[in-house]
Amino acid sequence: MRFVDEFREPGLIRKTADEVRRLADPARHYRLMEVCGGHTHAIYRFGLKDLLPANIELIHGPGCPVCVLPMGRIDDGLAIAGRGDVIFAAFGDMMRVPGTTGSPLEHKARGMDVRIVYSPLDALKLAQAHPDKHVLFFAIGFETTAPSTALTMMRARAQGTTNFSVFCNHVTIVPAIRAILDSPDMRLDGFIGPGHVSTVIGCRPYEWIARNEAKPIVVSGFEPLDILQSIVMLLRQLQNHEARVENQYARVIPWEGNRAALKAMAEVFELRPYFEWRGMGFISQSALRIRDTYAQWDAEQRFPVPGIRVTDPKAAQCGEVLKGVLKPAQCRLFGRECTPEHPVGALMVSSEGSCAAYYNYEHRKSLAMAGEDASA
Amino acid sequence: MSVGAGECHMCLAIPGKVVELVSGGQTSALVEVCGVRRRVELGLLEDDSPQPGDWVLIHVGFAMSKISEAHALEQLRMLALLGESEAAFEEARGYGLGAEAPADDGHQ
Repeated sequence: MRFVDEFREPGLIRKTADEVRRLADPARHYRLMEVCGGHTHAIYRFGLKDLLPANIELIHGPGCPVCVLPMGRIDDGLAIAGRGDVIFAAFGDMMRVPGTTGSPLEHKARGMDVRIVYSPLDALKLAQAHPDKHVLFFAIGFETTAPSTALTMMRARAQGTTNFSVFCNHVTIVPAIRAILDSPDMRLDGFIGPGHVSTVIGCRPYEWIARNEAKPIVVSGFEPLDILQSIVMLLRQLQNHEARVENQYARVIPWEGNRAALKAMAEVFELRPYFEWRGMGFISQSALRIRDTYAQWDAEQRFPVPGIRVTDPKAAQCGEVLKGVLKPAQCRLFGRECTPEHPVGALMVSSEGSCAAYYNYEHRKSLAMAGEDASA
Repeated sequence: MSVGAGECHMCLAIPGKVVELVSGGQTSALVEVCGVRRRVELGLLEDDSPQPGDWVLIHVGFAMSKISEAHALEQLRMLALLGESEAAFEEARGYGLGAEAPADDGHQ
């Protein structure tokens, strides 16, 4: 069954796939990175790899904010919440991510007050509803989500809510792309640029990739046609020896980004000098911290934070998969010690993690086929 | 396919239709999203405020972009095909801590 047939204009999808095949130089092997976890998920879900010629390789990038968070930061957040009379509030994606003493869900089972919220404003609402408790909002996400955390903190201040603080783990996408390009392991020809982050930051921040690194980048939507069109646009640039930023998702993404969102972020946040990314080490100016003007709502200023660096289990190869050096199935723990049911690292837990996507779409298929063969 | 219960997909952008603006200075609106009415924040779109009848793309309870109805319907279809309708429903229902939003509750 081809999902693509269920989309509008399936004929156009097939035509675009044919255009990809026509443009791909058989003498070349193309390595294109899709930065954003949402694109990784779409590529697997829609079986887009089957539509591409063998000489186009899609490399998964680190655009999964849950996956790139080092385990020590989860421990830190849980340590603050473990002080008693604290409600630990986070998005659902965080709930099963393992820290060294367990995931938030496991801590909940052991008595911690852990709540899922679907908006940072709802964490603030919780604080207002429970004046006898402190609500700790564990904030994660790229620039897509940071403006919403910022507006929430501005509202906390405006409303005088003091039993609320944010443990800020917002990271920024461009330094991660830069770090990958600086990595000696990686040879990449171009990028499928992130969709929703770009609604906030626009397309301008990617111009240095084109200029300094001479790599094309096409900011893409999430439908099969969008991703295939973006690949066509990348191939055309590569054929013409061009390196430009293009906006395939212009129906949603403004080139200049969202002024109000950028303003809110600038009001509340500043860049950390450096931040540790799982598997990628310390990257300078790659994460946000809360400004001193909002210190009262900054969990790191209000509470002692253990700040212990925790390395991943030796056997796990999360870092290499995050950087695209290894494919998920090449990790020695994949499908054995590490599965969605018992994940070792966040890439297997998060809906945007490449390991989870690969496992749920490809691996289960091959297990099923092997089962059929065995019973035949 | 579901990786686990209680999921929120960080990249989820859910289309919703603005029903009514909330009065009283707060930049929010009552929005119909995934079959329920929830209060959605419009503060990030203050440069081009949505009006009743407009469609917006919502991320963690905030409207991020105005979109056409055609794109909204495509996005809904795509969420279904990505297997993320359930997650989208759960998220939309979870906004406002799960309470149906009153049209104008004045203080929040």
